[in-house]
Amino acid sequence: MSAMTMTEKILARHANKAEVSPGDNIWVDTDILMTHDVCGPGTIGVFKHHFGKDAKVWDREKVVIIPDHYIFTTDKLANRNVDVLRQFVKEQNLPHFYDVGTPDYKGVCHIALPEEGHTRPGEILFGTDSHTCTAGAFGEFATGIGNTDAGFIMGTGKLWLKVPPTMRFVFHGELPPYLMAKDLILAVIGDIGCDGATYKAMEFDGDGVFALNIEERMTLCNMVIEAGGKNGVIAPDKLTLDYVNSRNKHKKSFEVVTTDPGAKFCFEKVYDVRKLEPVIAKPHSPDNKATVSEVKGTKLDRAYIGSCTGGKLTDFRAAARILNGRSVKIDTFVVPATSEIAAGLKTESIAGKTLEQIFLNAGAKIGEPSCAACLGGPSDTFGRLNTPISCISTTNRNFPGRMGHKEAKVYLASPLTVAASALTGMIADPRDCMQ
Amino acid sequence: MQTTISGKAYVLGDNVDTDQIIPAQYLTFNPSVAEEYKMFGKYALSSVPPAQSGLPKGHVPFHTKDEFVSDYTIIIGGKNFGCGSSREHAPIALDAAGIQCVIAEFYARIFFRNSVNGGYIVPFETGDRLCEQICTGDELTIDTASGKLQNLTTGETWQLKPLGEVAPIIDAGGIFSYAKKVGMLKA
Repeated sequence: MSAMTMTEKILARHANKAEVSPGDNIWVDTDILMTHDVCGPGTIGVFKHHFGKDAKVWDREKVVIIPDHYIFTTDKLANRNVDVLRQFVKEQNLPHFYDVGTPDYKGVCHIALPEEGHTRPGEILFGTDSHTCTAGAFGEFATGIGNTDAGFIMGTGKLWLKVPPTMRFVFHGELPPYLMAKDLILAVIGDIGCDGATYKAMEFDGDGVFALNIEERMTLCNMVIEAGGKNGVIAPDKLTLDYVNSRNKHKKSFEVVTTDPGAKFCFEKVYDVRKLEPVIAKPHSPDNKATVSEVKGTKLDRAYIGSCTGGKLTDFRAAARILNGRSVKIDTFVVPATSEIAAGLKTESIAGKTLEQIFLNAGAKIGEPSCAACLGGPSDTFGRLNTPISCISTTNRNFPGRMGHKEAKVYLASPLTVAASALTGMIADPRDCMQ
Repeated sequence: MQTTISGKAYVLGDNVDTDQIIPAQYLTFNPSVAEEYKMFGKYALSSVPPAQSGLPKGHVPFHTKDEFVSDYTIIIGGKNFGCGSSREHAPIALDAAGIQCVIAEFYARIFFRNSVNGGYIVPFETGDRLCEQICTGDELTIDTASGKLQNLTTGETWQLKPLGEVAPIIDAGGIFSYAKKVGMLKA
């Protein structure tokens, strides 16, 4: 049997095949299907249209429904969409639903999934959201799909896939304190382009990756879609297993899958992280890379720290390190990805002050956990760019109109760089203001 | 799939992402409700920056007479068409606006899957940089079996790439009809 990458091995196992090769079209079994308020109603519509009004989902334990996109809004249709999810969950008696306005509410699905024990090594996760690839950080195959594919899975548990070739990105060295995983992935996307990994798997490897905490590994995998990647993946290590086991409430068994020695990669690039600089993606594409030092001084109107990419506790700890005892010069929005992270803002502290106190004292506004302005949304969305202003953001995408107004300018950067820039109202280098 | 696709071209550039095709604020409409499906046609391509709307000149509105359906039926794109989010609302918006096919150099993966599996539009690929050779408003015709593309306005012709392994799904009309055809789902 020929050597396979971990992506190929996971896909082969789920297709009941001894081996698969890049380019093979296979039908795979699904371990978890996730949907949310934006794509859930359409998915449910497709499911009912094709399987019948009274049809049941293929496995109620494997369907996870996480409303997270348009939550804190008075938009009637947005609220109606959450009602569609509620009705479906009731009809189908689904056990994994994180409803708005209840203690179960979580927030951003990609962070809620691991927190609630729905991500495990070796599994296949499909989600109706392009950033589903985030879960590759747990050593599984995770990718985004549309309503039709999700409706098909709801009824059958299966989906056809083309096995992707794997690109390998190796990071060596210890990350300097002024860099974060966001800088690494923006560097990669800048190097290969926002179509550089189209139809391909991106595997991250090297001591520089395994030195990152779980949240930072999630940031790496989260943005592979910004290079067109089908999935991002990191081999599980002790840190992964400790995290997964501590969250695996339902004690589901899983099998760790890693890349075989001698497996073929279609591309390989090696980085020495000690030689990298803070990186930014200029408007209007995530691959429009510049080093922060090249664009330092660019005037900004707003700073935004949030989303599945940059709204985790690690991200807020980093931002708080810079903002502690200082004041922001521009409107600064802080949006925790989930309710667990929101609670963490009140309990985690730096030098005796909670992260929440640090942000409020600095003059930042803190919002409720959700996707919020990362993707614009209804006009009353917290932090949305309703006018053509310039914003520096820890989010993942800056195509025209992404955060609201189509002529707004969005700069993507790490939480350290965003916090540093919030202090001056201009793009600033975290190296100049680390405390 | 029909044997011939004909109509007016609307030309866009590279990296037309799903937020430009259908901005997130309109994702509150539910595509499973017929009256709401129509709305995606109204807002299709509404976040494309004016200078890139209808190349080569730009500033060409996508909708002219009808606010829901466009006069254009064929979209010409460059590289990485449909990148960004997984929203199926993107190919739905083009379909609702009356678009029958897109011709691009290559597609982002999820947009391509959604177009094929949902049976909304045919995503043709081309080896030529057509977004710099065809003008918005040119009358085109495509013979879908042979992949021959003709520009009736200029007389030029090109050969599109074969649809390849997804052709049977497109022919069947989407993943559900295909799965029924091959016996995976009960007909």
